[in-house]
Amino acid sequence: MFLINCPFCGERDQSEFSSGGEAHIVRPKQPTELSDDEWAEYLFMRKNIKGIQFERWNHAHGCRKWFNVVRDTSNDKILSVYKMGEKPPVNYK
Amino acid sequence: MPNYRIHKTEYIDETKRVSFKYDGKTYFGYEGDTLASALLANGIHLVGRSFKYHRPRGIVSCGAEEPNAICQIGNKKDLTEPNVRATELELYEGLEASSQNCWPNVKFDIGGINNFISPLIPAGFYYKTFMWPKSFWKKVYEPLIRLSAGLGKSPTEPDPDIYDHKYVHYDVLVIGGGVSGIIAAKMAAKNNLKTLLVDDKKILGGSTIYQNNESIKIDDKLSSEWLKNEIQEIKRLSNLTIKTRTSIAAYHGYNFLLAKENLTDHLPEEKKKNKIRQRLWKIRAKKVVIATGSIERPLVFNNNDRPGILLSNSINKYLDYYGVTCGENIILFTNNDSAYETSISLHKKGIKNLIVDLRKSASSELIKQAESLGIKIYFNHVVTNTFGYRKINSVEIMKLSEDGNTTVGDKIKLRCDCLGMSGGWTPMVHMHTQSGGKLNFRDDDQVFLPEENSEDQISVGSCNGDFDLENIIDKTVNKINKFLDIDNQDFQDTNVICSKENDKRNIWLLPNKIPLGKTKCFIDFQNDSTAKDIKLALKEGFRSIEHVKRYTTTGMATDQGKLSNMHALGIIADTAGVKMGTLGTTTFRPPFTPLTFGTLVGRNVGKFFEVVRKTSIHEWHVENNAEFENVGQWKRPWYYPKNAENMHDAVQRESKAARDSAGILDASTLGKIDIQGSDASEFLNRVYTNAWSKLAIGKCRYGLMLNEDGMVYDDGVTTRISENHYLMTTTTGGAANVLSKLEDYLQTEWPELDVYLTSVTDHYSTASICGPNSKKIVNKLFPNLDLNDESFPHMSFKEAKLENINCRIMRISFTGELSYEINIESKYGHSLWKMCIAAGKEFNLTPYGTETMHLLRAEKGFIIVGQDTDGTMTPSDLQMDWIVSKKKYDFIGKRSLYRSDTIREDRKQLVGLLTDDPKEILEEGAQIVSDTKSKPIDMLGHVTSSYFSPNLNKSIALAVVRSGKTMKGQKLIIPMENKNINVTVSDTIFLDKDNKRLNA
Ligand SMILES: [Zn+2]
Repeated sequence: MFLINCPFCGERDQSEFSSGGEAHIVRPKQPTELSDDEWAEYLFMRKNIKGIQFERWNHAHGCRKWFNVVRDTSNDKILSVYKMGEKPPVNYK
Repeated sequence: MPNYRIHKTEYIDETKRVSFKYDGKTYFGYEGDTLASALLANGIHLVGRSFKYHRPRGIVSCGAEEPNAICQIGNKKDLTEPNVRATELELYEGLEASSQNCWPNVKFDIGGINNFISPLIPAGFYYKTFMWPKSFWKKVYEPLIRLSAGLGKSPTEPDPDIYDHKYVHYDVLVIGGGVSGIIAAKMAAKNNLKTLLVDDKKILGGSTIYQNNESIKIDDKLSSEWLKNEIQEIKRLSNLTIKTRTSIAAYHGYNFLLAKENLTDHLPEEKKKNKIRQRLWKIRAKKVVIATGSIERPLVFNNNDRPGILLSNSINKYLDYYGVTCGENIILFTNNDSAYETSISLHKKGIKNLIVDLRKSASSELIKQAESLGIKIYFNHVVTNTFGYRKINSVEIMKLSEDGNTTVGDKIKLRCDCLGMSGGWTPMVHMHTQSGGKLNFRDDDQVFLPEENSEDQISVGSCNGDFDLENIIDKTVNKINKFLDIDNQDFQDTNVICSKENDKRNIWLLPNKIPLGKTKCFIDFQNDSTAKDIKLALKEGFRSIEHVKRYTTTGMATDQGKLSNMHALGIIADTAGVKMGTLGTTTFRPPFTPLTFGTLVGRNVGKFFEVVRKTSIHEWHVENNAEFENVGQWKRPWYYPKNAENMHDAVQRESKAARDSAGILDASTLGKIDIQGSDASEFLNRVYTNAWSKLAIGKCRYGLMLNEDGMVYDDGVTTRISENHYLMTTTTGGAANVLSKLEDYLQTEWPELDVYLTSVTDHYSTASICGPNSKKIVNKLFPNLDLNDESFPHMSFKEAKLENINCRIMRISFTGELSYEINIESKYGHSLWKMCIAAGKEFNLTPYGTETMHLLRAEKGFIIVGQDTDGTMTPSDLQMDWIVSKKKYDFIGKRSLYRSDTIREDRKQLVGLLTDDPKEILEEGAQIVSDTKSKPIDMLGHVTSSYFSPNLNKSIALAVVRSGKTMKGQKLIIPMENKNINVTVSDTIFLDKDNKRLNA
């Protein structure tokens, strides 16, 4: 059970949050210009990393805000938490 | 009756006699006893039959690792618990326990015949035998397996006990109250850290608390005396909470742990009443100290499972803690020093005993002490067999060869009534591995040890492989100072004298002249797997420990192999000729010891099991005999049976009334989202498939929402209340998900939009009145409201007052009838409803439930998302191309609507079906085919909605069928169990295609 540091509310139990998958996948601005393959790349393809992963989380049973999390999936340690629209921390790759 | 209680101890209160029943017979013990110690005091070793061979089995241990002495407690239908370890269960007045897995009784057991046919029950027996013929499964094999499998009985009625949950936060959690745990807790608490110390036993102190050997001393005191002082001291520390009878069940990531506290299990029946039985602690600790100790290993030799064979250290605890001797003539069989402590203790109490030691020689102070007491020691000898059916009566020993691989010389037969085994110690690393920690293997004494790599967790004491007292104290103090970043000096000058040494001679499978195939060298007592089974599994090609474990069922019983896993690994390593450390271990999974369901659910039982949502009109529905349906968490009226009507009749009546005159539905559960902001129109344009910019204020529009993959996600009517203010409705079940999805897009993809979303589902109650007379009824309620079709047409909205209370009235329809939805603040919902009913009386206004609603909308061909769709239907699949805007540049899911897969012509598409026999009602979910001759039969689709329409006087159905759009008029077949039903593909709209009723 993670303790997640919501950037708006502070540390809360994982049960208050829902996970939203990989972060920084931007919806194409002009979907109609894309080929089937390019659209499929956006729609379906997700990384499944063992190691450092950038993810979206939602404080569903709290402030309802979405934010980003850097998590090491090999030991579940959350290394960083930052708001939507903020740049990801550069020291993790 | 024999009495094996031979001396007084401070832990047994002989002034408090306790009577209890075991297998129907009454016995006596004392306060302080466990069920196991009380049974042993009465000379009872035999406590059950083994799982597979039904061999007699006795008490083996004195703790959580016990494989044999598992009991059924109580015999009431609601209060009985299986798989309770007699070694952990504290005795109380009135306790009723019985042995498990031994029908008809423990002394005469029909299943014991398996023991004689055991050559026929090899590893993987069940997999191999019950394979063939197929027809035998249902009638022969399954009943047979069910009869002989399973341990204990579950209660058949709800648990009347009360359970509790509690959330706590600590700086430091210490697991285990032995020497190292007590030291750690004291150091932490004295340095201002808020500390919790838990121990599963009734009192703190671990195995040192009853230690009474003069050659093991701390600060010149008996180690037990020293420890008692320490316990007195820590009890005074204000920063320290001590919880005994509390065991950690699970250790999750982020130092989140679950602990079970036993509050009443040790109390007599009448004192248990109305008290909380167990409490589940949900602990978050900044730092965790694991001090869970170690358990003694058995030894693996022929017939090592007879009653009267126990772990050597357990014999010691029964003697020194409970005052009970396990026999009068005891043999201790060991490969290390610790059995000598037991031996000397027994000797002091006058119990005859001798030692068989695998080691060629040994010379620690402890051994010299034993020798000087005249205790006979057989060095370099091995037990090769044991005898006695219901209890051991003798053993056979032989000399070991130089390399220890075989036996030499003559057999020596020794009489005894009890045999102690000591195969060294296994650190309890369960907590460490549960938390995700790795293990290292130490070759010297063949133990797995926690790998230290964490800032927030540490293992100390014998669970960390430190077995002698001097080492334990020294290392614990240093490690805790470093771990907690403190400088505690309390134990700096502690002086320890320990006369034990660590050397041992580890042989996993002891040698024997008898071929292995003819021996019974048990590894897992509870699941009855032997060394032979392990070897057979290896011969058959199994290599991974996880596979061998499952194939032989070693370590898969309720004790999770606490005594057996190491030996299984050792034998695999020896046989395969690999180093044991390279094999890895099996996974240690929570819970450490079984938990009751009651503890896990706590107070969330009965009406607290799940949240129930009721509309403000709910009481009226109850009073008017409604049957309810669960829709998500909502209770919705399903139908309102009158005069003992069945569901079909009630629905026919309700549906007819709604079309002939008027019907009323409680629509309060529909999801409602208030949308405000200057970009609200643009936002709706992006989330719905159709265009919203031109929707006039005061008008309503139906919208279809897709997922980004182009599949229909939700639908509903949205009303434009004012320039920048909309009210969106969603399906009842989809409300929360829709809001969450919309928030996601707003916050992450389109943060530039000025839009605010608020869930208002519970804020309003909705009465939906439909039917040709609905206008008259609404007119009676709102006499000043202009209901003229020109000023208040279909798909529009007006505000009106009902006795000064604001109402929002939408003229929208889900039934195809002229229909008005009146929304009012929830607190007035019940009144509004009653006023509607009163106003509608003269028009036979009939309340209807969800079933009638479904029927009416199906007549009109309106879909229900989630019933006629399943997440694989595009708008085009639903024949709803009209709602997809061609002009809009983008909306959620648009691009996916022309992916190669979504434009396939032969997708499943929504159609209507009419049965050739109009009285025949199809089953929802039934498969649809065109040809039943060629096999395999080609499945074309399935029925999604089906009803008998009282208004059309025939059966109607919606279905999804491959290429359905092109099949109008075509004959298809619905194959059922006993017959084929012939149907014809039709339009999806069965009634009022030109919307005369809507606009009436
Ligand atoms: Zn928050």
